Amino acid sequence: MTENLIGGSFPRIDGVEKVTGSATYAADMKLPGMLYARLLTSPHAHATIRDINTEKAKALYGVKAVLTGADLPYRVGLYMVDKPVLADGKARYFGEPVAAVAAISEEIAEEAVKLIEVDYEPLEPVLDAKKALEADAPLVHPDLDSYECIRGVFCPKGGTNIANHFRLKKGDAEEAFTRCDKIIENEFYVPQVQHVPMETHASIAHWKPKGNIEIWTSAQSPFAVRHLLSVALGMSQSMIRVVVPYLGGAFGGKAGIHLEPLVALLSKAAGYRPVRIVATREQEFMTLPCRQGLHARVKTGVNAEGRILSQEIEYIWDAGAYADYGVNIGRASGYSGAGPYEIDNVKMDSLTVYTTKPFGTAYRGFGHVELFWAIESQMDIVAQELKMDPVEFRMKNLLKPGATTITGEEITKYTGSVRKCLEEVAKEIKWGETCGDGGGETCGDGGARGRGESAPADAPTNAPTNGRHGSRSKGKVRAKGIAVLHKAPAMPPNTASSAIMKFNEDATVDLLVSGIDYGQGTATSLSQIAAHELKLPFERIHFIWNKDTDFSPYDWQTVASRFTVMGGLSIIKAAEDATRQIKDVAAEALNVKPDALEVKDGVVFVKEDPSLALDYTDVVMGYKFDNGNSIGGPVIGRGNYIAEGLTNLDPETGQGLPALNWTYGAHAVEIEVDTRTGDIEILKLASAFDVGKVINEGLCRGQVIGGCVQGVGSAIHEQYIYDKAGRLLNASLTDYKIPTVKDIPHEITPIFVETPHDKGPFGARGVAEHPMISVPPVIANAIFNGTGVRIKELPLSPERVFLALNPGRSKT
Amino acid sequence: MESSDMEITLTINGAQVTARVDPGLSLLAFLREHLDLKGTREGCGKGDCGNCTVLLDGQPALSCILFAFQASGRSVTTIEGVSEKERLAVIQECFIEKGAIQCGFCTPAMILSGKALLESNPRPSREEISEAISGVLCRCTGYQKIVDAIEEASLRQGGG
Ligand code: FES
Ligand code: FES
Repeated sequence: MTENLIGGSFPRIDGVEKVTGSATYAADMKLPGMLYARLLTSPHAHATIRDINTEKAKALYGVKAVLTGADLPYRVGLYMVDKPVLADGKARYFGEPVAAVAAISEEIAEEAVKLIEVDYEPLEPVLDAKKALEADAPLVHPDLDSYECIRGVFCPKGGTNIANHFRLKKGDAEEAFTRCDKIIENEFYVPQVQHVPMETHASIAHWKPKGNIEIWTSAQSPFAVRHLLSVALGMSQSMIRVVVPYLGGAFGGKAGIHLEPLVALLSKAAGYRPVRIVATREQEFMTLPCRQGLHARVKTGVNAEGRILSQEIEYIWDAGAYADYGVNIGRASGYSGAGPYEIDNVKMDSLTVYTTKPFGTAYRGFGHVELFWAIESQMDIVAQELKMDPVEFRMKNLLKPGATTITGEEITKYTGSVRKCLEEVAKEIKWGETCGDGGGETCGDGGARGRGESAPADAPTNAPTNGRHGSRSKGKVRAKGIAVLHKAPAMPPNTASSAIMKFNEDATVDLLVSGIDYGQGTATSLSQIAAHELKLPFERIHFIWNKDTDFSPYDWQTVASRFTVMGGLSIIKAAEDATRQIKDVAAEALNVKPDALEVKDGVVFVKEDPSLALDYTDVVMGYKFDNGNSIGGPVIGRGNYIAEGLTNLDPETGQGLPALNWTYGAHAVEIEVDTRTGDIEILKLASAFDVGKVINEGLCRGQVIGGCVQGVGSAIHEQYIYDKAGRLLNASLTDYKIPTVKDIPHEITPIFVETPHDKGPFGARGVAEHPMISVPPVIANAIFNGTGVRIKELPLSPERVFLALNPGRSKT
Repeated sequence: MESSDMEITLTINGAQVTARVDPGLSLLAFLREHLDLKGTREGCGKGDCGNCTVLLDGQPALSCILFAFQASGRSVTTIEGVSEKERLAVIQECFIEKGAIQCGFCTPAMILSGKALLESNPRPSREEISEAISGVLCRCTGYQKIVDAIEEASLRQGGG
């Protein structure tokens, strides 16, 4: 059967391995002679390392190698090459690896770590990204100027803590403000949070005596690991092999390069024995990367009709100690940083700033969860000031075909429709109608709570608008909220993918690509595309699971929701290539022209006379005539794709074409706030995305539900907490809570809008990251609509909500 | 063998196992490192994430905070013991069909928790299902489809 391959709900192809526990993750592997590594991490947020004494550790029985920063003169990084393998003379965050041991058992390695003596001279920590910009702030990287990075794209400023300053200028914001009827300015804050994959980072490396390296690792991007390692060590890529088995969640935290260089160097130091490292959960929090924090300031000017005339935005990204990968967040979220709105005059400054905290990296949404906290909160505030319904206000300003984005890209009918998404969710939540079972008070009266005598200082004093949807009973307030979102893949303009299809003797097909399926279901969607394009039954596609740089075709990285699109396009080309080879051989065998032939269900036949046909099994290894003469040979389809037509952005104005495709979306929510405790129950969350074309509906729904719940984590539960010295206080799953089954919305309704994208496979766009974006502001907007209280800092924890509703009281 | 090692005998997935272990060895490390049963996962090693859940005499238990010797004389079921020979158990099929899996790391613990629930309560409500899996963290799925899968398994097994 080759019908309905696109759009159905094929169960994922990796299901059996996963339900039987036989899927193998990096930490499950054992190589002969393998050693176990442990890390010594810095107890200081900022300190000079005066001396490290490893003698006692080295003398311990079973210890095979001990390394410190002094042994490893290498720096790594994806965009900004600023990260030493082990702290180099200076520790820049609490939890930074300072020394590492490889030994014959975990226990011995751990014991040896305790024997290492480090003499630190503590330095003043830099814990606030805004203060890090002050002239007298201590420098996190005094040698910033000497680091490698892509100059022209990123501009680190030596002598400061600024790793990058992205500028964007469209129109004349300053002049346009003079024409506005209202100007509204607010500040917002998002703390650092973490990916918290259930599988912590794990890597095994074997440096071979011949000088080549083999690595098995929990990475999102085997080719990026290989490339960055080759650059850091000055080795040829052909000497490095990176294999990625099953991956236990990643969400961006396993993109780029992490523990791989360290274990490789330990393996070499231990006399070429393989070495394994598995991060503890505590290290996952404090040593491995997190998501950057964000300080945002948004100033919006509108006219009386509710059109946004001008916007000035300042994003200060708290990069933490290294800007490695995260430096591109400031840029990517810069060029999309005003949201999906048509605004003629925009001035934006997006600064990536070093602090002495764990460093931020890519995390689902790549800056957009953070920036949309500011933008979508601000849009509701502006609507409120205008006494305009928030949906109506957005509809007046959202992008539509013919409009230009803030980088000057023109929106076409293929770009996707954020308006449609907003309409859909507004309809689904019954926007404008009374909340369900809310105790009888009308929705329009929302916002009553919080005014009157106990009104907090910043509670709005104006009457609720028709956008307010609260109702209340016994201390519980029900209310609705809405928010929109967009995101395009953040990647260099020359990002590429490739695919190989090898036919087997029985006309099954080995499908090789290097995008990693760490749960999104891409392997299944891509197999569907392959079967559809080859006109073969789904069962005949054998997706090769392990990614191995020795065998798999190149791919940049599995990030940015780009793989279904770019991998899919490569597969379409590979299928064309394979089909052409099959037709060429069959044409000769059947003595017709290739274009007289058609293929279907593993048979190639003459269009005019389908009885003239050959089974693929007679063709894909070459065709043998009756007399034994043979033609053709094994069929191998090859396809590649490179993002075409993208440009670098102008360093002064940020103008250019950075986006392969935009995926738009919207959320609508109905919540219940318990004003006595600050608890928020999400009764219903409706989420719409313009995916262009649904390739696999079940998997798409899975992405949306999972992403929304991760968004709830960022909205309500999660944040890094530090003491004054910069020590992370909640590096455990007891103290850092992620949503459990009890924290999820009572109902999540995914909605898919299908405005075909002219360049995507079947018109599809990526949707892996988007569900998480704008979940925090949709909840905050509902809180405001119900209580009249606006919260501008995340998370919306019960404590923060309670205090906002009851200013001056402490929570008991 | 160190002199402090102790001998334990237990049943694992129906088969009797006797071994000498260090008294400090966790049941999780015993399963993973000594018996190579890698389907039991370590997400934290501290009793916080539930990903190391096994069934001890049919009840869910966190193998990372149990010592191996504490399982002596008892019966342990891991994910490797859930399917019947070549055939997947109903609950496993339901996890696949309902899309209750993403990265798969938490899946063994979720399936074992669901299995234990259905054995004691063949027709649980959605709230009871949530309660039963509330100790197991999943970062990928958003849980909803996991609850769906266990509910579906209950229906298919003719629960009630
Ligand atoms: S590994 Fe046992 S609870 Fe996390
Ligand atoms: S499926 Fe990934 S942790 Fe549950």
